[in-house]
Amino acid sequence: MSRPVQYNAKLKMVEAPAGVMGDGFMATSLEKVVGLARKNSIWPLPFATSCCGIEFMATAASHYDLARFGAERMSFSPRQCDLLMVMGTISKKMGPVLRQVYLQMAEPRWVLSVGACACSGGIFDTYSVLQGIDQIIPVDVYVPGCPPRPEAILDGFLKIQELVGQESLRRRTGDKYKDLLESYGIQ
Amino acid sequence: MSLTNELIQEKLIAKFGDQLTDWVQPYGMLTFTAPKDLNLKILQFLYDEPELRFQFLTDLQAVHYPDRKGQELAVVYHLHNLVDNIRIRFKVFTDIATPDVFSATALYASANFMERETYDFFGVNFTGHPNLIRILNVDEMDYFPMRKEFPLEDQTRVDKDDEMFGR
Repeated sequence: MSRPVQYNAKLKMVEAPAGVMGDGFMATSLEKVVGLARKNSIWPLPFATSCCGIEFMATAASHYDLARFGAERMSFSPRQCDLLMVMGTISKKMGPVLRQVYLQMAEPRWVLSVGACACSGGIFDTYSVLQGIDQIIPVDVYVPGCPPRPEAILDGFLKIQELVGQESLRRRTGDKYKDLLESYGIQ
Repeated sequence: MSLTNELIQEKLIAKFGDQLTDWVQPYGMLTFTAPKDLNLKILQFLYDEPELRFQFLTDLQAVHYPDRKGQELAVVYHLHNLVDNIRIRFKVFTDIATPDVFSATALYASANFMERETYDFFGVNFTGHPNLIRILNVDEMDYFPMRKEFPLEDQTRVDKDDEMFGR
C-alpha cells in the first residue's frame, strides 16, 4: 500500500535491557529499567550566560535537535529538572546564584559544564570571574571548546546519558556521594 | 555670546585664583587640576553660576598613578553643560595612604553609584557618602582590583602555574 506520507517509517527505539523473556513477561533488574527510563527523558535546565548559550540554542533548534535524545522540553524551574547545563562565563558574583539553582534541584541531578569558561574560567583569568564552576558545584561532564560546536554539546549530552543509564540506584545514598557533596559544603 | 573654554577658565580663575593648575585642552575639552579640598566648592560654583550651568555629572572615576608619590590617586569629574553643550573635566589628586575625598552625592544624586564604583575598584574613601559599599565586585573581596599593584589575573588559583600561563 503506498501512502502519500510515510509516517514514522524509520522509527527507532532503544534496545531493551538484557533479561529473561517469556510469554507475556520479562524479568530484568529494576536498576536497568529505571536507568533506561531516566536516560531517555532528561529534562535539561539551561543556565546560559554567554556565547556558549548561543551554541546551545543551535543545539536545541531543528538542525541539531537535542529533542532526539529525549530532551525535548527545556525546563526553567530547577525543581523539575534532572540536568543543569551551565553554558558561559560565571562571574564570582554569579557563583552563589548558580549554587542556589543547583541546591534547588531535586535528586538525582547531574551537571554538564559547557565551554572553556564554565570548565576553567577560560580566557577570563581575572579577579571577577569564577575559575571553573567545579569550585562551587560538582560537575559530571565537561565539554571543552570556546565555544564548543553543537556536535560537542551533543557528545557531552550523550556522555551524561551514559552516566545516567549506568548509575546505581544506591549511588545517591552512598557514603562516597555524601562525601562529595560534603566537600562542596552541601548537606 | 556663546560660552567658550576661555570664558570658563576666566571665570574659574577669577573665583579660585591660582589654586587651579594644569590647564589643558586635549581634543578641545577643557581640563584642569584642583586641590582635593576644593572639589565640592568647584562643583557647586560650576553648578550655580548662571552663565556656566554645568548641571550634569557625566562621569566620575579614578586613575591610579603609582609613580606620583603622595598623589597616587586621581579622582576625575566629567561635567556637561546641557544648554550650551560644553563638556569640561577636572581632577583632584589624593595620597593613596589617606584616600579621603569629599562626596558629591549631596549635589548630584547620580554620584552615588559612581562613587561606590570608584570605591569598589580604587578604594577612594568618599567622606559623606550615604552608603559606601562595593557595587560590582563580590562583597568578600578584600582588595581594590584596579590599583596597579594587583595583577589582572586571579591570584588565588593554583592550577594555572605552568609555563603555558606565564605564572
